[in-house]
Order: sequence, then C-alpha cells, then structure tokens
Amino acid sequence: MSAYDEIDMTLLRLLSDKGNLSAGALARRLDMSQPAIWRRVRRLEESGVIKGQRVVLDQKKLGFGVTVFLGVKLSGKKGVPLEDFERAVSAIPEVQTVEHVLGMYDYRLRVVARDIADFERILRRRIMTLPGVGDVEANVLLSEERRIGPL
Amino acid sequence: MSASTPAVVSRKLSKLREDGIIIGQEAMIDWQKLGFDVEVSLRITLDKTQSRAFEEFLEAARLIPQVIEIQTFVGRVDVRLSVIAKDMADYQRIYRDQILKLPHMSDVEALLHISRIKSDDVLPV
Repeated sequence: MSAYDEIDMTLLRLLSDKGNLSAGALARRLDMSQPAIWRRVRRLEESGVIKGQRVVLDQKKLGFGVTVFLGVKLSGKKGVPLEDFERAVSAIPEVQTVEHVLGMYDYRLRVVARDIADFERILRRRIMTLPGVGDVEANVLLSEERRIGPL
Repeated sequence: MSASTPAVVSRKLSKLREDGIIIGQEAMIDWQKLGFDVEVSLRITLDKTQSRAFEEFLEAARLIPQVIEIQTFVGRVDVRLSVIAKDMADYQRIYRDQILKLPHMSDVEALLHISRIKSDDVLPV
C-alpha cells in the first residue's frame, strides 16, 4: 500500500472511471510529462494493481435483457466435492461470475439471459441439475452502478 | 472468423461505439493489491412503506467510499452493496459507523467473500 502515492491514487481514480483517457490527457490533468505517466501506469499494471481493462457493453442492445443473481446453497448430504460443483457451474456460458461466499449461501452466481423465459430454461436445465445443488434464491437485477471506491 | 487487420478491428470497434453497444472502458482494480483484503456483500431489505426509501438510501450509500458496487433488485433482496475493507476491524468500523446509519433499512444480511472462481464479463453471444 505504502508503495503507492497520491498521484498513483489519482491515476487509478481517473483510469477506473474513464479507462480510455490518453496518456496526453492524463498528463495534462496531473500536470506531469507523458513518459512519467506511462511509467506509473506500467508499474501499476505490472504489479497487478490494474488487473486489466473492462469494456462496458450495453447488454440489452446485444439481446441480453435479464441479469439474475442466484444465491446457491449446496446440500451437504450428498457430499459432492466443492470442486465438482465449481467446475460444472463455471462451464455454463450464461453464468458470468461465480463467487464462493460465507453466510446464508455458499455461492453467488451472476447469470445473463435473453428474457425471463430464457432464464427459466437456464435455471431448470443447467443450474438445478448441477451436482450438489440445494436451495437457490433468485433476485432479478434492476440497476447497477460501480463506484470509484476509496481512492 | 475471418482474418482481421488492426485497421479492420479498429473500424469495427468505432462502429460498436457509435451504435452504443460499447458504452465505455474502465481499468479494473485489484483491491487486494492495495491492501483491501476483506470484501463483503451486504444484502439489504428496505422499509418500502417510505415512498422515497430507495432514493434516500442510494444517495446516502453513494457517500460511503468503501462501497464499490450498488445494485438494486426485484426479489427478496432490494439492494446489494459491495463493501471493501482493509481487515475485519476496519470492516467492523465501517459497518457500525456508516452502514448501520443508512436510512430506511429494515434488514441486512452479510456474505463474506472467500474466493472468486469465475469472473468474466463475456456474454454468451
């Protein structure tokens, strides 16, 4: 943490908000030279603080009108290894994220579907048939915003 | 897929931007690398008898710097907040001093992140 200073934090704030700002634009905002900006961005990328670039897509325009978050509880009785469940669930293309969590549920899944009927098909044919799956709770996403965070 | 030259790809990308399919681009930050080792999902139920419950809750939640994601739902849960903290003591402080002071909450449930098994924003197109 101490390896990064105020300028790094400002740089991260700008890049996580508008990732496609040019080095020139960043240099002007921070009142620094372009090569200095390049060096800092490269260092943040090499150390893994910047994991990558995310292209933000309009899912609805691509025909994916519905995003659903599923809380999944594994049924302990069958004794299915976690790895089996994780491997099977990760292989479903409509499942975008799989998070192992501690609390009311064991896993949290983000699922995209074309519409509610499509979601029902995915839920019945793909999710409910997963090895070890127990209780499932579904919440349909209405809105989503990413915040800049404590930078 | 046919062979593409950088010029073709760059033309296609600008077309996707013009059509509004690509809305933006942002750098993804690894919060753990910056010392935020704890991530908690807070699933919140609001008191919907208050007509402005959603708006007032969201406005207040946006002011907490450690909230990195806000989602609203139809279902048993109304709102979900992703909260990051340096350690459990830091999380406890944020939870008591900031989260519990948010308006119109009727129930909060926490899920502590253990690991991320799959994370891609790829659409099954």
